[in-house]
Amino acid sequence: MKYIDEYRSKTLAKNILNQINLISYQPVNLMEVCGTHTVSIFRNGLRKILPLHINLISGPGCPVCVTPVRYIDEIIAFSRKKEFIVTTFGDMLRVPGSTSSLEKEKAKGADIRMVYSPLDALKIAQNNPEKKIIFAGVGFETTIPTIASTILKADKEKIKNFFVLSMGKLIPPAMKSLLESKEIKINGFLCPGHVSTIIGSKPYQSIASQYHVPCVISGFEPVDILQSIYLLLQQLKNNQAEVIIQYSRAVKPEGNEIALSKMKEVFITVDSDWRGIGNIPQSGLEINDNFFRFNARALESDIEIEETLEFKNCRCGEVLKGIITPLQCPLFKKICTPENPLGACMVSSEGSCSAYYKYN
Amino acid sequence: MKEEKILLSHGSGGRLSHDLIKKLFLPNFVNDKLSKLDDGAILKTPGTKLAYSTDSYTVDPLFFPGGNIGLLAVYGTVNDLAMCGAKPLYLSCSLIIEEGFPLSDLEEIVLSMKKACSIARVDIVTGDTKVVNRGNADKIFINTSGIGVVKRGVNTSGSNAQVGDLIILNGPIGNHGIAILSAREGLNFETTIQSDLAPLNGLVNEILKYSSDIHVLRDPTRGGLATTLNEIAQSSRVEVEIEEEKIPLEEEVRAACELLGYDPLYLANEGKLVTFVSPHVAPILLEEMRKNEYGINSKIIGKVVKKSEGLVYLRTSIGGKRVVDMLTGEQLPRIC
Repeated sequence: MKYIDEYRSKTLAKNILNQINLISYQPVNLMEVCGTHTVSIFRNGLRKILPLHINLISGPGCPVCVTPVRYIDEIIAFSRKKEFIVTTFGDMLRVPGSTSSLEKEKAKGADIRMVYSPLDALKIAQNNPEKKIIFAGVGFETTIPTIASTILKADKEKIKNFFVLSMGKLIPPAMKSLLESKEIKINGFLCPGHVSTIIGSKPYQSIASQYHVPCVISGFEPVDILQSIYLLLQQLKNNQAEVIIQYSRAVKPEGNEIALSKMKEVFITVDSDWRGIGNIPQSGLEINDNFFRFNARALESDIEIEETLEFKNCRCGEVLKGIITPLQCPLFKKICTPENPLGACMVSSEGSCSAYYKYN
Repeated sequence: MKEEKILLSHGSGGRLSHDLIKKLFLPNFVNDKLSKLDDGAILKTPGTKLAYSTDSYTVDPLFFPGGNIGLLAVYGTVNDLAMCGAKPLYLSCSLIIEEGFPLSDLEEIVLSMKKACSIARVDIVTGDTKVVNRGNADKIFINTSGIGVVKRGVNTSGSNAQVGDLIILNGPIGNHGIAILSAREGLNFETTIQSDLAPLNGLVNEILKYSSDIHVLRDPTRGGLATTLNEIAQSSRVEVEIEEEKIPLEEEVRAACELLGYDPLYLANEGKLVTFVSPHVAPILLEEMRKNEYGINSKIIGKVVKKSEGLVYLRTSIGGKRVVDMLTGEQLPRIC
């Protein structure tokens, strides 16, 4: 397959590995921010072929994993009322809230529907005018423009029964927060490819210059990832800290300007809670006043949200920050499994714990 | 069981389905035939060995590229019997129909079943029909069970894999899973991918000419190749290693998987089989299998490496190695 096979070439991979071995001999911590990278690293068995002193750390880049318990409880509360239909991406169904999950509420009879796109949720709204449709608006910069477009479409078509419970999150503030916290030494970032197709390379500039940490925006195939690792190591060797786009077949420095303008039209940046990590300033997106009538939070007086219960021994936060690997969590594989997930990192297919469970 | 209610994941053919079988059904219906957990039971009666199997069919949509629920109900049970090493002979057919279901659709399904029976050379010899109130079933559910005879010396149980066995797969995987997905509402992508739905009893008949060297036969349906290999590895307590590069995969299926973030190893198939065979017969068998219309793309995809707790490994195309686990829940498109 064009644009895929050449990035899975054994010969190319071997050549890059040789180059890596030539310039790398010191221990380094490289963080892959994005869950899709984590999965690709596992699926292709990359850890097994890289030198041992290159430590790949999985970061917080899985939108389901970083969604706080309180938000799940909010969505569950909507689903418990007959006048609402809750629509969500499939991954969210199994994320545990304080006492329940959407999957369990569905089995009890709640009208919860899995959709592939917020536009499908809008269609459900049009087909069920007597109900209020809540869309669980979870996602990073990759997903948010589609949610913004859907709200713009709902506005244009004067649809009155469509609401979004926004939980949009921004990646660069989370990366800065990890560096600020100093809980873990990160020598270089493999920056997310999908997110960067939207935001471009500029938002990482300040990370590279202020914190002197090199950033490489990487594609998702094994050769992409190996080459990006090489580009990070080369910068470290030369004591450079720049932003390089390895994934140049998809990412432009300026990003996708149309998508960015739609985001800006509908959302404002707010402080936001990340599951296990805490509040990160200016890292979330909320619907702005012009589109307030589509904000599900305006309907919160109609629902009862249960008291938030965080699961005590869950170490998802440390996993998301890269401080520990899932293997170091005492619950991993023993109590917390994909069938009975206690933390969200075990639920999403792109979550670190799920990837470690499946592939390690 | 911790969950208070049955969840959709309990029916996905993955780990939760297994839990249900192992914690609820097996302990209560305990007997040596059921506990093998093969595609069907082998029953010894004076003079002959019989294979007996059953399956219920629910599929959304009922009509999909490459088939429909009727064809599926016949071929599914025929294949389960064939995987027991049996020649399928007789089927039962039980229908649960929702009030208001179009008669023309029912006719089309029945005509498909007639055609399938004639191709697979089986007869439907008993049946039942129930109609339930609107809303109490989703359009139509079909159950078929079947009986076949097993020749002397044939034993294809999933617990028979031997160290050194080579693993043969009869063609590209994932077509059924992607065909169903593409026909479902909500996922708007166009494709020409057809389900691989096919009767495998003819191909199995060819394979069983080498029966003393055929150790395992299984069809990787729900849960895909990954789950089936895990089941075999666990029942036989062996370690299996497969090679990514050798697993046949059509370009379009691969593209759809790339797009959605799916792993083809977990996609459903309805016309595929894996067989574990002694290494010395593998080359001849492969040649024979390729002569059959459902085995043209047969390939050796891996081998049984050693005795173990039952693990499956994959050699990746760039030279890495990783564990292949069973399916957990349903595969879902990625968000980001």
